[in-house]
Parts: sequence; structure tokens; C-alpha cells
Amino acid sequence: MSVTTLPSRGATLRQPGWLARLFDYKPFLIVMCLAPAIGLLLVFLTYPLGLGIWLAFTDTTIGQRGIYIGLENFQYLLKDPLWWNAVFYSIFYTAVATFGKFALGFWLALLLNNHFPFKSLIRAIVLLPWIVPTVLSALAFWWIYDPQFSIISYLLVDVLHLRDSNVDFLGSPWPARFSLIAANIWRGIPFVAISLLAGLQTISPSLYEAAMLDGATSWQRFRYITFPMMMPILAIVMTFSIIFTFTDFQLVYAITRGGPVNSTHLLATLAFQRGIAGGELGEGAAIAVSMIPFLVFATLFSYFGLARRKWQQGEAND
Amino acid sequence: MTDVAAQSNVASATPDTMAWDSRARRVVMIYLPLACFILILLFPFYWMAITSFKPNAELLNYKEHNPFWITSPTLAHVKHLLFDTSYPRWLKTTMLVAIGSTFLSLFASTLAAYAIERLRFRGSPYVGLGIYLAYLVPPSILFIPLATVIVQFGLFDSPLALILVYPTFLVPFCTWLLIGYFKSIPYELEECALVDGATRLQILWRITLPLAVPGLISAGIFSFTLSWNEFIYALAFIQSGANKTVPVAILTELVTGDVYQWGALMAGSLLGSLPVALFYSLFVDYYVSSLTGAVKE
Repeated sequence: MSVTTLPSRGATLRQPGWLARLFDYKPFLIVMCLAPAIGLLLVFLTYPLGLGIWLAFTDTTIGQRGIYIGLENFQYLLKDPLWWNAVFYSIFYTAVATFGKFALGFWLALLLNNHFPFKSLIRAIVLLPWIVPTVLSALAFWWIYDPQFSIISYLLVDVLHLRDSNVDFLGSPWPARFSLIAANIWRGIPFVAISLLAGLQTISPSLYEAAMLDGATSWQRFRYITFPMMMPILAIVMTFSIIFTFTDFQLVYAITRGGPVNSTHLLATLAFQRGIAGGELGEGAAIAVSMIPFLVFATLFSYFGLARRKWQQGEAND
Repeated sequence: MTDVAAQSNVASATPDTMAWDSRARRVVMIYLPLACFILILLFPFYWMAITSFKPNAELLNYKEHNPFWITSPTLAHVKHLLFDTSYPRWLKTTMLVAIGSTFLSLFASTLAAYAIERLRFRGSPYVGLGIYLAYLVPPSILFIPLATVIVQFGLFDSPLALILVYPTFLVPFCTWLLIGYFKSIPYELEECALVDGATRLQILWRITLPLAVPGLISAGIFSFTLSWNEFIYALAFIQSGANKTVPVAILTELVTGDVYQWGALMAGSLLGSLPVALFYSLFVDYYVSSLTGAVKE
């Protein structure tokens, strides 16, 4: 091993070429190392983000360069009941789905934190809904929600005899809204549960031992040890979850495409319908831009969650 | 050992007045809810699988056939999918896009993470923060302007567009994951090599990268999964049926008319999920560690 590497290293030592010397010059090396990542992000993320904000103030359509029209797109949206409907459903969808995901996900994480046989296998199974392409599991939900051959209706009507007629999951606004939220919660539980499980495992058992010596009940241990210790990680995971639930597209596009009677449009699906399918790029961009204030709010939420962790841990930690 | 400790914990936590013994309590508090969770999380996959092998007569007749089981399984739907549609072509395109964008983002983010964590320059934490913030920009607000950018570059309807665009959400994630891994490699190893006269690139290639292999695998499989599953960009940038990726093609090409071919749709979904599921079963621990590692950062 050392015999084979020594001569080659000696060769590079004796006569370092100008290229090798250039690549050892630190500022040059830093620029070269950062160039691919920063370049990709600037061209395909920062530039489109700026372009999107510009497009929102123009009347661009597919195949035609638009002119600056000021706030006209936004004024139009403010008068558009469909946009208000999408804002309402986006917030409702995010609020209910996030609550469901975190309540059930936290519960699942607490369950998985116990000792039982086949633990790693079960943990692997739990993550499956998150691994599989969302559109494909959404198709499975579409089939589960079928008006005629829904397996849930079959269970309720023919097996349990709880109802007389099939459930109309996707045919009318409110059932459709809740059906989509249920599918979103199903998909989101694994991510929340596994992330929170990682947080649970970092809590030192000695804290629980001390609390038990003091006679704390299991609820008190959860309320005064588990929950406060989980706050920082809960804040981060929740921010991610809120951002990606609010801007969700796939699930709604695959199952209802915004129907029935446009009741289940999220802002992202409305932007797609107007911008790409309808060709009104300017208006679509305006709808997309109208999501930004909410995302900024969610990011600030994350920032203060992080700041709180530093305060809790004291100054000494990095 | 740990099991015994856990059980004695439970026992000591239970007051003497509690009517249940600890075993019954464990069943009700842990095993029962856990079984419900697993049943609900797995049911859609079971339903997907069983639908794809059912003949149409059984599929649409619950009165005579128990819907939870197949009496005469058939491969008709899979055969229809593989020979009467361009499914193999879609699979190939998806594979190409996923592998291409994974390698591109691994390359870019390894170099970026190395520069930020090891070459340390003034402002490197801010570059790191900037890359992290890029992760918070969701594709839903980018796809409309990106579509015009793609058209400007003449890449519309080409898989190359997807290979170039997917790194926008893969690079931030991979960079943060790799920064974490590079941090865990002792700096002394690199100092030794520097003293011995190795160049920076030699150090990266011969010392840091071999030690960061688990991190590279985590980042790689994660990128592969995310780009395999991506939907909105592929829907907006690809027009022709032949160039579509599997998730988009199933939804736009297989859903036709009013009578849905549920058998074929579910078979397509099952086949489209298999590659990532297979990948996943091989590298479960890497997935869990990358998921939790990125969150903890």
C-alpha cells in the first residue's frame, strides 16, 4: 500500500504543475467549489423567483411577452371569489392537516419509542407512505374514494350495516375537502413520526428517573419533560410541514383537480390552472406570489423556534 | 437487558392500586394503537396491489366476490401496461432523470459542503444559510417563471430540463446533510495530509470523501427518491407523451374517458412505486439517518 502511493506522491511534490498550484490557491479553490451549486441555484431558483415576481405585475400570456400593468392582476384576484375560495381552503387544509399529522405523528413517535419486538422492521414499514411517489398513492386514494366501488363504503354498508347508501366522498364540496385532508394526513404522519422519534431519543433517561423518584405521573412526565424538550425540533418539523402543506399540489391535482365546482382548489392548483393550462402566465404568477407572505410568516416562526432553543440551552452551546 | 429495564420501569410507574397488570396495560396502550397505525398506513398499498392482479369481473362485483381477496389472480393489467402503452419508455425516462439529477446534485453539493465546512472563508456561514433558505422555497411558487426560463433555454419538453431543475431542491438538502458529515470527520487527518504536502483536492478525494461515504449514500438515495417522486415540474415542462415521467404519465396518459381502468392504473402505480420501495428496503437505515440528520441540523 505505502509502496504504491509513495512514488506518485513524490512525483507531484517535485514538480507541481501550474494547474495543481492554481487549484491549491485557496480563493480560487473556494470559487471553483461553490460555482456549481451557487450557479445552479442562481439560474434555476433565484432568477425564476425574481422573474415570477416581475411576471405577476405584467399581462404575459403563453407565446406573448407582456407589458407592465402594475397591481392590476392583484386587484383582479381580490375581486375573484375563486381566489378567495382557494385562500380559504389552503389555510383550512393546512391547519386541519397539520394538526392531524402532528397529533397522530407525535402519538406514533411515542409508541415507537417503547421497546417491543421487530422494532426496526416496524419503523421501516411506517416510513413507506412517505417514500412512495405521492401521485401514485393519491391514485390509490382516488380508487378508495370511488363513488361506486369504494372499499370504505363497502365496509360501512355491506359489512357493518352502519349506512344504507354509499358515501359520496368526492362528489360534493365538504366531503371532498375532508377526503383530501385525510389523504394528506396519511401521507404526512410518517415524516412527523420519524423526525419526532429522533428527537425523543435524544432526551436523557435520567430526567425521567429523577421525575419518577419525585413521584411524577406519566402525564406529568409528558407535560413537563417530553413536551418542553421536544419544542425546538417540533418547531422545525412543523415549519417544514406547514410550508409544504400550504403549497401542496400533487394530491389535489391527482384526486379532484380542484373540483367539485372548484371547491377544493389550493392556491398552487389554481395557479397551475390559470397559468399553465389557461396560458395566463401573469395571472398564474400573481396567484403564486400571493403565497409568499404566508411562507415568510412560517419561516419566521421557525426562526423564533430556533432562537428559543439557544436561549433554553444557555449561551455556552453553539 | 434493556427490555428488562423498560419493563421494570413500567411496573414501578404503575401504582399498586392499578387493576391491570403491566402486560395487559402494555397491550392496550402500545400494541393495539400501533397495530391500528400500521393497518391504516399499509392498507392503501395492499389495496393497490390486490387491485392490480384482479380480473375486471371481480374488480367491479363486490356482491359475489369478497373484495379483500382475489379468487383468480391475473396478469392482464400488467401485460396491458407493459405491451400496449409506453410504460417501459416512461420508466426509462424517469430512471434517466433521477440518476442524472442525483449525480449532478451530489457533485455540486459535495464541493459546496467541502468549501463551506473545510475551506472556511469569511462569510462561509452566510453562504450556508443562503443555501438552507433555498430549501424553503417550494416548487409551487417557482414552476410558472421556471417554465418561461426553460422555454428561453430551448429545453421545453426535454428530460434535460428536469435534470437541470431538480438540483434546485436537491442541492440545499444534500449540502446540509454533507456539512453535517464533514463536521464529524476529525480535522487532524486533513492537517496531517497538508503537512505531508497533499493538495486540497487530493485531500478531498483521498481522505475526506472515503470517510464521508455513508453521508454520500444517504444524500444519493434521498436525491434519487425525491427526483423519482417529483411531479409539478415534470407536469409543467414536459408536453409529449413519450418524454413523460412515470407519475405524470400515469395520471395524464392512463386516465382516459369516464370509465377508469382501475386495474391498469393500480398496476402502473404499483410498478412505479417498486423501484423506490426496493431501494428503500436496501438502505432503510440511511434513509432514517438522513431524514433525522437533516432535521437536527
